[in-house]
Amino acid sequence: MAFFAVEGLTKRFGGLTALDDVSFEVERATIFSVIGPNGSGKSTAFNCISGIHRPTAGSVQFDGEQISGLGPHHIARRGIARTFQNIELFGNESTIDNLMLGRHQHMTTGVWRGLAMLNGRTHAARDECENRARVQHILELLDLDAVRERPVRELPYGTQKRVELARALAMEPKLLLVDEPTAGMNAHERTELGEQLGRLRADLDLTILLIEHHLQLAMGLADQVLVLNFGKPIAQGTPEEVRRHPDVIKAYLGDG
Amino acid sequence: MRSTPDYYSDVQLFRGRRSWVKLAVLLAVLAILPLILPGYRIFTFNYMAIFVIVGLGMNILVGDTGQVSLGHAGFLAIGAFTTVLMMTEVGAPFLLALPVGGLVTALFGFLLGLPALRLQGPYLAIVTLGFGLAVTQIIGHWELFGGHMGLVVPTATLGPISLSGDVSKYYLIVGTALVLALCARNLSVTRVGRAFRAIRDSEIAAATMGVNVAYYKTLSFALSAAFTGTGGGLLAITTGFISPGDFHFLLSLMFLAMVVFGGLGSIPGAVLGSIAMGYLNLEMDAFEELPLLGPVLESFSDGFMSSAGLPNVGWVVTGLLIVLTILIEPKGLHGLWIRLGKIVGRGGMDTDAATGALAGAGASSSSPGSASAGPGGPPAGGN
Ligand SMILES: Nc1ncnc2c1ncn2[C@@H]1O[C@H](COP(=O)(O)OP(=O)(O)O)[C@@H](O)[C@H]1O
Ligand SMILES: [Mg+2]
Repeated sequence: MAFFAVEGLTKRFGGLTALDDVSFEVERATIFSVIGPNGSGKSTAFNCISGIHRPTAGSVQFDGEQISGLGPHHIARRGIARTFQNIELFGNESTIDNLMLGRHQHMTTGVWRGLAMLNGRTHAARDECENRARVQHILELLDLDAVRERPVRELPYGTQKRVELARALAMEPKLLLVDEPTAGMNAHERTELGEQLGRLRADLDLTILLIEHHLQLAMGLADQVLVLNFGKPIAQGTPEEVRRHPDVIKAYLGDG
Repeated sequence: MRSTPDYYSDVQLFRGRRSWVKLAVLLAVLAILPLILPGYRIFTFNYMAIFVIVGLGMNILVGDTGQVSLGHAGFLAIGAFTTVLMMTEVGAPFLLALPVGGLVTALFGFLLGLPALRLQGPYLAIVTLGFGLAVTQIIGHWELFGGHMGLVVPTATLGPISLSGDVSKYYLIVGTALVLALCARNLSVTRVGRAFRAIRDSEIAAATMGVNVAYYKTLSFALSAAFTGTGGGLLAITTGFISPGDFHFLLSLMFLAMVVFGGLGSIPGAVLGSIAMGYLNLEMDAFEELPLLGPVLESFSDGFMSSAGLPNVGWVVTGLLIVLTILIEPKGLHGLWIRLGKIVGRGGMDTDAATGALAGAGASSSSPGSASAGPGGPPAGGN
């Protein structure tokens, strides 16, 4: 069975079918790009996978388990992390605290131990220190150490995007969903982020589902590409196959 | 790159000798205060310290978790009546009755937290408002609680010590407030406090991080209620007499106002706001005794107010203070303090630590204004 598989995924909002019978499989430690015009249902697919939306029909299998229908925090605990197209950071919190929230499920301090953190040897303090050390690596990996203590809403848009990615990585996920990570970035930042994503896959054995507007980047990174149009899958395959697919050319260039 | 692997300094409250000195000074001042104050002032301090405990609880719910409550006077009542009934009906010692009062109130907080899972903003405000009103109505119609007449509170004892005088109560109440401030601060820099603030800033993102939003919302209500219920038990032994009328709706409003006034999400702010509001609430009947301002207010009151007169002036002054603070600085007293620090030319972190020492609560890492002032405070309602 595939590492990650979506079958017959459908999502309707009232009369609008945002996602129409979409199926695909993703192998471990690969990058799978989802492309398509605006409003074609890409983000909706991510929302269904991560449990923010309950799918109207269809199933999502992850690591040998059926996860569709579970709440978002249950899905997160199974090892799926994501970023959002419209940044969803904890704006008043510092960069480090945002990343520490990514560690939430790996930490064990509850309310009693939290209230009673008297010194560095208490459980709560050790829990903090161990997880801060882990998060520090990610801060440095994504070049965020300089803004470690800054409230994230003060940071430039591109930096916020990186914080969001870092926060997702702090969760140490097995599957990472990235929704338009380079939106609002300049060409240089975009190239850099693309390289970082490639390295993550290689270094961490991470499986990545990528929604990316910039076709060159989406195609360049991907092992497999899925093309959506009006919620329907119109093509799927290697970047080479998809590029030559007549329906794709029509959807992107024609009147579709 | 960080040179030391010692991440404990990130969350450590008392760092270096200066902060220990500040703490020692604070404790010393608080310790000798009742010995030099005139007797009737000690009661004022006890009352303000109880407000501080409630303010810490309000800050967890409103400032950190971003929920709203207009019913905390109900929690105060539950804590007060439970503590007293534990003493009179069960015969429990005060040292047992007080935490039981806190725990029973926490249970009611949990229950009130359940509708919060579905409701937000004004709808939640109405539900909590109804809760506060219902509590006093039920207590007022129940013989066990003394009905509308209320209950006389027996003298509490701590082992061999009888808490009959205001001075002995002072050490208990102020001591409890200090310990609870420390606990609240610890919680805020660790996993649970972060989860609360994550829910305030983005419920969706919090859930996506693995935060069980329903659990932490109800936990926040329960914890906030536990603080307030503990304050209620202490209030009972402070006033010596409790009746449902003491826990009126305006008090709930005052509790909400004091954390907004102090600066939402900031523990030092909550402490200062509570002290200020506690003072106003207690002394608002005595405005005529104020130098200079007193006679002016009195003539204003006689000229324009109904026969109720001066007490209303107190509320007017309180209301004006709140409105002015919010207009000038949405982050409340805490925000004003940060600004003052910048004008005087000290760093933000330094002033933050100073507020912390002053409040005995330490710099709150959660205070959104600590690094630099951005537009607006944290949202009060859930989003
Ligand atoms: N929560 C929602 N409620 C109603 N309609 C929605 C919602 N989310 C998305 N849609 C609609 O679903 C369609 C697909 O949207 P989306 O998945 O965001 O597209 P994409 O990410 O491919 O640009 C759009 O027509 C959008 O308006
Ligand atoms: Mg989208």
